Amino acid sequence: MLSFLDNVSQSLDAYLILAGLLFSIGAFGFLARRNAISMLMSIELMLNAVNLAVIAFGAFTPGLREAASVIALIVMGAAAAEATVGLAIVIAIYRNRKTPLVDEYDAMRQ
Amino acid sequence: MTLPDTIPILGLGWDDLLFLTFAAIMIGSALLVVLMRDIIRCGLAMIIAFAALAGLYVFAGSPVVAAAQVLVYIGAISVLVLFAIMLTQTKAGPASLVFQTQAFPAAIAAAVLALLIAVAVAATDWSETGQLFQTTAENLGKELFANFTLPFEVVSVLLLAAVIGGVFLAKRERGGAG
Repeated sequence: MLSFLDNVSQSLDAYLILAGLLFSIGAFGFLARRNAISMLMSIELMLNAVNLAVIAFGAFTPGLREAASVIALIVMGAAAAEATVGLAIVIAIYRNRKTPLVDEYDAMRQ
Repeated sequence: MTLPDTIPILGLGWDDLLFLTFAAIMIGSALLVVLMRDIIRCGLAMIIAFAALAGLYVFAGSPVVAAAQVLVYIGAISVLVLFAIMLTQTKAGPASLVFQTQAFPAAIAAAVLALLIAVAVAATDWSETGQLFQTTAENLGKELFANFTLPFEVVSVLLLAAVIGGVFLAKRERGGAG
């Protein structure tokens, strides 16, 4: 019945399409949500999608192998740094403006 | 009693079924993250998405990265996000509008992006790639500490700088209104 999905866990296409789907979901969340923390969570989803693509390429490309895992670990470190600073900025802005909604951060427009 | 090699009715291998389950959980909870109204639940759905993604990393032959995913994302970043949510929630928060006015064009753009990526993946000839390769912790450690020592150290300095910057940004002004 679902035999066209046979060996789907052994094919590069499946991982890449999954990564593309996850990235698109993250992009939609980043563009559409009003809450600054929701936008940061969407960024985390997009970073994870890129990581999944990197890991998939590393698993299937003979020239990459361990290097892809190293790249993924470094991306994780950069993502942790980004989350720390981003959330600190959101909390600092919230303390001044009393709202987490990004469309009310309009001080530079006036 | 031994299980059959493929699932009787579906015609799938057991590993493929598990892969598809993880994939469905990941995509479903990622959708919940961007669509749900209550932002605390969005944060909890994000944890589920990260956990399913760790399972997919194991399938892709990188158990070390899966362990790092559990430690870094589920253990650290999710807690950080949940704390930030609790610090910035207002009473009007859940009742007010969740999406920007450009949500509909954004949905179309994201769907087009997903379609483009899927078409590009399907249209590319991947014959250069080989079989799935398992990365062992031993090989990864050798690679990381032999050929990638400098990036490793740079990331540690970056994390230290980010932590100091985060504390500086988030701390209350002394004597300020706070």
